[in-house]
Amino acid sequence: MAQITLIEAITQALAHEMANDASVVVLGEDVGVNGGVFRATAGLSEKFGTQRVLDTPLDETTIAGVAVGMAVQGMRPVAEAQFDGFVYPMVDHIVCHAARFRTRTRGRLSCPLVLRVPWGGGIRAPEHHSEANEAIFTNVPGLRVVMPSSPSRAYGMLLAAIRDPDPVIFFEPKRIYRQYKEEVPDDGEALPLDVCFVLRDGTDVTLVTWGAQVKETLEAADALAKEGVSAEVIDVATLKPLDFDTIHESVKKTGRCVIVHEAPRTAGFGAEVAARLAEHAMYDLVAPVERVTGYDTHIPLFRLEMKYLPSVERIVAAAKRTLAAS
Amino acid sequence: MSIAATFEIEYLQYLDADGKLVRSDLPEFARDAKQLVELYKTMLFVRVFDTKAVALQRTGKLGTYASCLGHEAAHVAIGSAMREDDVFAPMYREYGAQFVRGVKPREVLMYWGGDERGNDFSGPAHDFPWCVPIATQCLHAAGAALAFKIRKEPRVAVSVVGDGGSSKADFYGAINMAGAQTLPYVSVIVNNQWAISVPRTIQTGAKTLAQKGIAAGVECLQVDGNDLIAMRAAMDHAIKRARHGHGGMLIEAVTYRLSDHTTADDARRYRPDAEVKAAWEREPMKRLRTYLTAQNVWSDKHEEAWKAECEKIVDVEVNAYLETKTQPVEAIFDYVYAELPPDLTAQRAQALALEQRRG
Repeated sequence: MAQITLIEAITQALAHEMANDASVVVLGEDVGVNGGVFRATAGLSEKFGTQRVLDTPLDETTIAGVAVGMAVQGMRPVAEAQFDGFVYPMVDHIVCHAARFRTRTRGRLSCPLVLRVPWGGGIRAPEHHSEANEAIFTNVPGLRVVMPSSPSRAYGMLLAAIRDPDPVIFFEPKRIYRQYKEEVPDDGEALPLDVCFVLRDGTDVTLVTWGAQVKETLEAADALAKEGVSAEVIDVATLKPLDFDTIHESVKKTGRCVIVHEAPRTAGFGAEVAARLAEHAMYDLVAPVERVTGYDTHIPLFRLEMKYLPSVERIVAAAKRTLAAS
Repeated sequence: MSIAATFEIEYLQYLDADGKLVRSDLPEFARDAKQLVELYKTMLFVRVFDTKAVALQRTGKLGTYASCLGHEAAHVAIGSAMREDDVFAPMYREYGAQFVRGVKPREVLMYWGGDERGNDFSGPAHDFPWCVPIATQCLHAAGAALAFKIRKEPRVAVSVVGDGGSSKADFYGAINMAGAQTLPYVSVIVNNQWAISVPRTIQTGAKTLAQKGIAAGVECLQVDGNDLIAMRAAMDHAIKRARHGHGGMLIEAVTYRLSDHTTADDARRYRPDAEVKAAWEREPMKRLRTYLTAQNVWSDKHEEAWKAECEKIVDVEVNAYLETKTQPVEAIFDYVYAELPPDLTAQRAQALALEQRRG
């Protein structure tokens, strides 16, 4: 079986579900003949035609609004925001409409769309191409906010997102689009949403993260292991609704927690995880919760961006602080 | 210099403000007196309902309400030109169109009375609910039209936006998409001259709002929005060509908002009485009544009898609204997702417990 990257797993999931369900359509800028600027929709136009793989006018508001309209009328649109920084004109339609149709109409209508958002920094891209803006959406009722961090999770979670009856914001950590390959059978098996994945078992400290930071966090766990520290690594994967139980069970065992995310610290989604630990796990903790995050600044242009993103060194140092505290 | 392209915007009117025919080529439906009378009766019903709804708000029995006074011809024409399985995307005062499509007056009252169940229309199952953020409904209708096109369904999506809403990116995006993809989409600008306190003149420097469709590549038409016959003829034309794959159309219905923007507004602060008085001379009911009376198919006696009937029907609806019990507290939670996530299960239980403690 062929080994594929995360971006190829996205393509594989899209192709699988388009073949499986005639109501699935892909729309966005350059998704057609060009196959997407990241190649996520490569080959789909040839396979499924220009009506189901639709190059839209260059207007994010249009993409989001049209996707909402299609979804409400029984289609399963998968819209692409070409880059994270271009998602803002879409927010009105996602927040005011996609997220609300079910509750607004008491279930008469719903809006099962997927908005794919290539996400985050670290690819030496121009301004507005490197945003970690997931927290804008995690505060919105009615949405699912998910972010896979491996080829197999990208495949399984995208299938689940397309099949989900509610709107899903599907963040794709573009820094690890091509980081490594995995065997991902095209078996149409969706992974569950709304659950965290424990990627590595450990007993001394829980490292909680999502998206591209899974890479640095796993490396930090390796480094800690060399120093005799056993770190458990959790990929949150679905930020909203949050599977706090998995995080809590881990912290009951380790007594320590480091939350790692790329987005700015203040009111980043790590704050929600930390608040829940404060509410529910105070007596399980033996050390203050640590956060390793982007700074409360804009992500700099690319010469400095790697100094902005959480590094293995910062994660290891934070884990050691929790160990030193008790 | 040579000319790259030239454009014209046609204006359509059949009945002038005095109820006189200004064209001889009456469309088929307008030659059928019975059909015209039915449409007039619906317009009168809408006006009776609207008057009652404002009164309910004034007496504290309804929340903020957006009146449709003066828009009856445009709205009834839109609703009556559509087929049942077409999809309507309103803004928030198109009751005339919605009643024709089967939305119940009690549902309108429930929505403005603070109850989401007003959006669970008993009539048109696929119609979009009221849309408060300006012009976003235009793109939803374009999306619906795209769905119809992809599924090869002979259905048409129709949206309404105001003159103010026609300044928004969403409005432009929708007609642009319709032009680019030849969508079965009809966009109607109900130009009532006022976006709350902002007059049409400072929304745009464009001579007409209809011409905005030219840049999008859709057919454009300006219509006397107070003339039911012209409005219905325009809608019939637009819907027919859309249904047959000829693409989108933009109709500017020129009318006047005779009411305040909503019951929370006081238009006397920003517009001259003389302008409103002049607008009453052009309003849609009087001219059609004059015309129908001249055709000997309507009379003061008919008017009084039907108005009394409308009052009765509206009273039944108002009573049904007033007797509707508030939803239980768990209704806050039960429609946010198809299935309640565990997080919300806990919060729902909390809200229920609080409710029980309060008794």
